[in-house]
Amino acid sequence: MFDFSIVTNWVHSTLTSVMPEGWAVFIECVVIAVWIITLYALLAIALIYMERKVCGFFQCRLGPNRVGKWGCFQVFADVLKMLTKEIFNPKNADQFLYNLAPFLVIIASFLTFSCLPINKGASILDFNVGVFFLLAASSIGVLGILLAGWGSNNKYSLIGAMRSGAQIVSYELSAGLSIMTAVVLTGTMSFSGIIEYQADGWLIFKGHIPAIIAFLTYLVAGNAECNRGPFDLPEAESELTAGYHTEYSGMHFGFFYLAEYLNMFIIAAVAATIFLGGWMPLHIGGLDGFNAVMDFIPGFVWYFAKAFFVVFLLMWIKWTFPRLRIDQLLSFEWKYLMPLCMANLLLMTLMVVFGLHF
Amino acid sequence: MNFILLLVVLLTAIAFVGIVIVLAKAISPRSYNAQKFEPYECGIPTRGKTWMQFRVGYYLFAILFLMFDVETVLLFPWAAIVRQTGVPALLGVLFFFLILVLGLAYAWRKGALEWK
Repeated sequence: MFDFSIVTNWVHSTLTSVMPEGWAVFIECVVIAVWIITLYALLAIALIYMERKVCGFFQCRLGPNRVGKWGCFQVFADVLKMLTKEIFNPKNADQFLYNLAPFLVIIASFLTFSCLPINKGASILDFNVGVFFLLAASSIGVLGILLAGWGSNNKYSLIGAMRSGAQIVSYELSAGLSIMTAVVLTGTMSFSGIIEYQADGWLIFKGHIPAIIAFLTYLVAGNAECNRGPFDLPEAESELTAGYHTEYSGMHFGFFYLAEYLNMFIIAAVAATIFLGGWMPLHIGGLDGFNAVMDFIPGFVWYFAKAFFVVFLLMWIKWTFPRLRIDQLLSFEWKYLMPLCMANLLLMTLMVVFGLHF
Repeated sequence: MNFILLLVVLLTAIAFVGIVIVLAKAISPRSYNAQKFEPYECGIPTRGKTWMQFRVGYYLFAILFLMFDVETVLLFPWAAIVRQTGVPALLGVLFFFLILVLGLAYAWRKGALEWK
């Protein structure tokens, strides 16, 4: 399996041989910054195009098909249009909070995004408390949404932000408990450790019943956490115009839009990392030839294939189910999903303690 | 190195938003119109204040969230060492779990989970 740390070590040793250590680290930091922004923007464009096409085919339409072949330049055109629209602040808004909100939303999304282990040795932030850091960083985003709703001085925004706050904090518990179920089995909180543990089998195979339940509950909770699918009532367009970003225009709105799509990708990628083996290839015990062929496919291809598979699942759910009511949403979380997650955590603990896993 | 990278990611996010906003403000057209800065509602002027009292239910769920989120913080270090510790870890956490379940049951019985 290709190890990306060979490249980073080579770059570091080449740079330190021609310049002092401090400058080398500085140049590496700039390269990392450019890399994050590039990958972020490219993924956003790919996801928005995919969403439109998938949604189109689910509704028996064609989706965008005029700009470029199969409409593949449509999103670029939209980004340019958004960039050339005027950014203005409403008169009675709380100007400071109104302008701060996009920063917080993007910071949360960047921090979680840079935790993802795209290839072996290619994760940017790899803390030994990685999973915990991810949960902590992703909850900065809800602050941005609440500030956006509160600062806009618009009743639709306020209602949208309050709904979103209640929804995100509630479903964060289930997401945390599902991830904790995986941590009980792997015995480590760092992403690289969790992936190393899955070298001889993905977690949903090694942890069988509780791991599959945790995977499903994580998908439901994650879908609710990024305000999508049947849980999109913070921005329910038929009742709240656009929810918490009603008053935002141009690129200000663009940041919320970007963060929403990237958050969906991050949820999918974390699910792929923790439960589907991250960049580990698919191995079937006994079939050595098949395993050798699978090893030739590089890790990042596996990673993006798994992540986009989960993204497709999330889109499928979004375009299939109707929107919930807020009381149904909250009672689903507190009366069904969270007790299920707690029971599942206990089941996983029993299994690990008595050695019933593979 | 990890904390330098954390700082780099933070600064990247701030720089990304800042630069794009400055760029958009530089190239976008401007127009002035008194109605443009009004709150976007249904066409007639908005009535009353926006920053007013709203439903207490949201607050109730925030309080419940606080209780269970602290539980998550306490359980994560335990989850990382279950494999090494074995049965004592299970027995140790059962009591903690019992208190949590009782707390949830109490909130449920009191009707805190109903949306009224």
